[in-house]
Amino acid sequence: MTIPVADLRNDIRFLFGNEEHSLRDIDPQMTVLNWLRLSARKTGTKEGCGEGDCGACTVVLGEPDGKGSMRYRTVNACIQFMPTLDGKQLLTVEHLKSDGGNLHPVQQAMVDTHGSQCGFCTPGFVMSLYQLWLDGGEDDRGAINDALAGNLCRCTGYGPIIEAARKAGGISAKDPVEQKRRVDISARLNAMVDDAPMLALETPVGRYFAPRSSDALADLLVAHPDATVLAGGTDVGLWVTKMLKRLDPIIYIGDVADLKSVREQGGVLTIGAGVTYSDAHDALGLIAADVGELVRRIGSRQIRNAGTVGGNIANGSPIGDTPPALIALGARIVLRMGNVRREVALEDFFVTYGKQDRARGEFVQSVIVPKPTAGTQFKAYKISKRFDQDITAVLAAFSIRVEDGKVTEFRAAFGGMAGTPMRAKQCEAAVIGQDWDEASLTLAQQALSRDFAPMSDMRASKEYRMLVAQNLLTKLYIETTVPEIATRLVGREAAYV
Amino acid sequence: MSRTPSQLVDQKEPGELMAPTPGLLGGVRSPSKHDSGPKHVTGEAVYIDDILEPFGTLHLAPGAATIAHGKIVKMDLSKVRSAPGVVCVLTADDVPGVNDVSPAHTHDDPVLPDGIVQFYGQPVFCVAAETREQARNAAKLAHIEYEELPAVLSTEEALEKQQFVAPPHVMAQGDAVSALARAKHRRSSKMEIGGQDHFYLEGQITFAIPQEDGDVLLHCSTQHPSEVQHNIANVLGRPANAVTVEVRRMGGGFGGKETQASQWAALSAIVAVKTGRPAKMRLDRDDDMVMTGKRHDFIVEYDVGFDDDGRICGLDIQYATNCGFSADLSAAICDRAMFHTDNAYYLGDVEIRSYRCKTNLVSNTAFRGFGGPQGMVAIERIIDEIALTLGRDPLDVRIANYYGINDRNTTPYHMTVEDNVLAELTDEIVTSSDYRKRRADIAAFNADSPVIKRGLSITPVKFGISFTTSFLNQAGALIHIYQDGSVHLNHGGTEMGQGLFIKVAQVVAEEFQIDLDRIKITATNTGKVPNTSATAASSGADMNGMAARDAAITIKNRLIAFAAEKYGVAEAAIRFVPGRVMIGDVADVEFADLVKQAYLARVSLSATGYYATPKIHYDRETASGRPFYYFAYGIACSEVMIDTLTGENKVTRVDICHDVGRSLNPAIDRGQIEGGFIQGMGWLTSEELWWNDAGQLRTHAPSTYKIPACSDRPEDFRINIWNPGRNVEKSIHRSKAVGEPPLMLAISVHRAIADAIASIGDGKVIPMLDTPATPEAVLYAVAGVAKGMIARHHDTIVAAGE
Repeated sequence: MTIPVADLRNDIRFLFGNEEHSLRDIDPQMTVLNWLRLSARKTGTKEGCGEGDCGACTVVLGEPDGKGSMRYRTVNACIQFMPTLDGKQLLTVEHLKSDGGNLHPVQQAMVDTHGSQCGFCTPGFVMSLYQLWLDGGEDDRGAINDALAGNLCRCTGYGPIIEAARKAGGISAKDPVEQKRRVDISARLNAMVDDAPMLALETPVGRYFAPRSSDALADLLVAHPDATVLAGGTDVGLWVTKMLKRLDPIIYIGDVADLKSVREQGGVLTIGAGVTYSDAHDALGLIAADVGELVRRIGSRQIRNAGTVGGNIANGSPIGDTPPALIALGARIVLRMGNVRREVALEDFFVTYGKQDRARGEFVQSVIVPKPTAGTQFKAYKISKRFDQDITAVLAAFSIRVEDGKVTEFRAAFGGMAGTPMRAKQCEAAVIGQDWDEASLTLAQQALSRDFAPMSDMRASKEYRMLVAQNLLTKLYIETTVPEIATRLVGREAAYV
Repeated sequence: MSRTPSQLVDQKEPGELMAPTPGLLGGVRSPSKHDSGPKHVTGEAVYIDDILEPFGTLHLAPGAATIAHGKIVKMDLSKVRSAPGVVCVLTADDVPGVNDVSPAHTHDDPVLPDGIVQFYGQPVFCVAAETREQARNAAKLAHIEYEELPAVLSTEEALEKQQFVAPPHVMAQGDAVSALARAKHRRSSKMEIGGQDHFYLEGQITFAIPQEDGDVLLHCSTQHPSEVQHNIANVLGRPANAVTVEVRRMGGGFGGKETQASQWAALSAIVAVKTGRPAKMRLDRDDDMVMTGKRHDFIVEYDVGFDDDGRICGLDIQYATNCGFSADLSAAICDRAMFHTDNAYYLGDVEIRSYRCKTNLVSNTAFRGFGGPQGMVAIERIIDEIALTLGRDPLDVRIANYYGINDRNTTPYHMTVEDNVLAELTDEIVTSSDYRKRRADIAAFNADSPVIKRGLSITPVKFGISFTTSFLNQAGALIHIYQDGSVHLNHGGTEMGQGLFIKVAQVVAEEFQIDLDRIKITATNTGKVPNTSATAASSGADMNGMAARDAAITIKNRLIAFAAEKYGVAEAAIRFVPGRVMIGDVADVEFADLVKQAYLARVSLSATGYYATPKIHYDRETASGRPFYYFAYGIACSEVMIDTLTGENKVTRVDICHDVGRSLNPAIDRGQIEGGFIQGMGWLTSEELWWNDAGQLRTHAPSTYKIPACSDRPEDFRINIWNPGRNVEKSIHRSKAVGEPPLMLAISVHRAIADAIASIGDGKVIPMLDTPATPEAVLYAVAGVAKGMIARHHDTIVAAGE
């Protein structure tokens, strides 16, 4: 370990509303929700599922935007660990009423539209609406859907809540009072942690480190090769809340500044492993509309605000919404251990179910995504029981280039068809060099059944998985040959870009 | 006596309110906001887990079985007991009284099983520890050995083995066998209808606080406080008066907290009494979904005969229902499915058989609609099959089969339908939805669109209102007026979000002519109003509203008698107007003043109220009678799009016209219609329960079980409360129950999806679409129709070759 102890800090510093908190000796894997409800006794924030899916625990996190002001995002308090609040402002439903006791405009709108029935999901909705309000408000139904996709309501049918979102409006970023408030908060947060040493909790029940640079991260991982690497916690959080695991030590990469950048150079996009889906969305959407739509449909706003592209790769899910698309695009990843870096093709990183090509002490540093060259078409399809906030049953991503009627390039990658996200190499081979016609489509579909032997589970049967995967080749064929035919129920805008 | 439909809706009695009373804030018919609204949005509304815990509170966690059926041969809990923070561990041996919480006294719902495990995930022991985390961690440490027994995991197998939780039941009218034999057209088929998890956002929870003498106070999230009270008294081996149950609000119920609350209440009560410490049991979401019952899944087989107009002239229908391991409320639920086999249609000669199958799965229970939805889904598919067979518009076939006003108006259980407004509702929706033109538009769209297909369907709802177990149709209330004129209101109904409390308060405000803010709505408590029925069967406002009104009238009559005597006027000359009481032309006093005067004159200002629904009777032996006081009606038109390559589907537009009688609160009613519809839509589309081969539920969290999300709400959603609506029966202010009926409006979504699928076969092949219509189910139905087309094509070629 190269970091001297003097350069470590053992208290979590954050603003709870406007109140400065400094917590020591807290279990590093205590969730924000449990702290709120059990320690702070603020019980407005509810637990509905404990897995970041229902949104009843939605809180707003504020953090300095790097430009002297603040940015605000919603997260699920039930799977967020307390130390990740370090340097941030935590806002809950209790903070919204004015000092005089008046309801906040989003709260008033919810009351006026009859937006609550049983009321249990309501605080979570209020916080998602509050985040929308802080961002200036929203009138568009699609944007409201997106903002609320991570909040489940079983009573209202959502109509009154959508109406409340519109009715509440938003605050202008140019509002002088609000502007000053944000500048002040940002300055306070910066003063609390900017020049402070790295957060390193050593408690009787576990240790937690939050390095600020990837060099420090690399050193820590060499020293603690079996540490749990925590990024957004949208997967790791469930190891604690559902599997009741003890994680020790935890190394959090959310504060590693140099892992949080998205760079584009020479037609290649480099995404740091700590970049959230939300922050990667715009850049990925520019690669191809379908990639943007795919990212939009990952989890919910709360999940995308926390979860990272790097984490999605490193955790090796057999479905992994971004990996099949990235594989089809020919993405590579950079892994680092100590000072040694290596690059591997993304498809080679996934060895088999539950096993990735990552050594002890090694971490995913970045993802390198080449943009498709002109004339190459990219299509991605996500099949799930529900359009928003659902884990994929089958994901198909295709990169295809047709010249003079012949397929010159074809990369087909699938999720949910095998133990890992995987290329369909026989399917690709059946098409490359052939005329792009119904005959080669049929060959490609036949080859798919040799590429994969999917399994049945709660998301889909093996028969459906194979059938729909083959049909998605048909869809690709139609979209690339007769684009005027309607083929999409959602993300149609995307399909016609 | 013959009545025309317009007479049914336009009659008005003297004094009957068509609109809110001017000058009164929050009387009946006003769209008053949910009383807890401001508390919901600030997080100040207190749910059970938010109650400040007294020092020493223990937390409970269940330990679950890992097989579906078997004998427990060894249960080593030593590691559980010695785990950090553990205070006690309960097994069946620790139940002091009767080890049973079955709601219908079938003695098959153990608090903890005594030796035999009956489903995967059944709680077999329970840990109480200093913290919830400690309890959950400790529960993982059990070592249990089983001797496995054969597990019946499917309804088919249970039916084949004649393994039932309750005897089969038959309902019949006329002679279905000969009617079918005579029918010109005949079709028979089979349909599978999936279950549904309630997914209330607040999971099951009880907080038990020990009292003196070994009594216990339970804060329990339940729709049925009286049942919990009686069950827990039995479990503790104590009289009912030793147990008090209080419910301020639930974070959703939907039927899932009717009987399913007792087990957790029992465990926490046992711990509280045993240790003398408060004990809280809040199930983790996954445990909640694994361990509590759901909407019943059904297998329906039918044989229907019909004429050239599509009129049904004979129906033989059989329901096989997966009840799970115990009876719970399954008998009544299966009965209600039978009662709604007709939905809106005169079935003539019909035989309905119901088998209540016992499986080694979690015991299914009440869920909004209580079996009614399953019965209706089946008949609506039958109607569509008839329409496709004859090449007629499904709506025309529906209309042809509607109950008549003066004839064709007896149900399969021999009740005459006296309040039929189907024709008017249908006229209204056909016009407002522009149904005929849109059907033509959709046909044109589908002809040009090979991948995406659209579908449209109108389906009606006629839902019987009353508990079909007649004695349950009773309710009680308690009202106090304090010396300052403020009112304390209590009744046996529970608030689960549906707006019952505000509606009942509005009734009381109307009766006393005082503003709503003068009335304190208080938590349901078995110590205040005893022997209540569950807040269920959509009956909450009907019955508790009447009981509260009865209590209010009792006090009001005392005030009138007092004022008449004091001021020397006739009782008939005393009128309650907003905020005041007009005492003939002698005096005009504020309500609060009159109350104060009455108190000083020693007039009781507290009264109980009671209501028993009139007219109903039912003989289950002969399956005949009048089980329902009245019917609630509604109709919906849904349009969908499907992707024929993937089976994905999306609802694009919905029009609803629903009859709530004369609404007590149109804003609350609208919320019930909209929310009920979306919940029904979820049941029929994305919500799928999936068990693996071991009988383990794998869809036990929102990550795997998909209720509708915000974007699933149709982009274009038009809800119309039917303006002329009026209950012909003397219900509370002539309103109609609205909790359950709108859920079944969503059947139109399922039928619209089937309609879109049928377009692939040019309407000549009948889509065999089950529920839920997941992408997978839709794609298979698409494939079935495509195959059917190939077969038809083949037949044509063969025929031509001959």
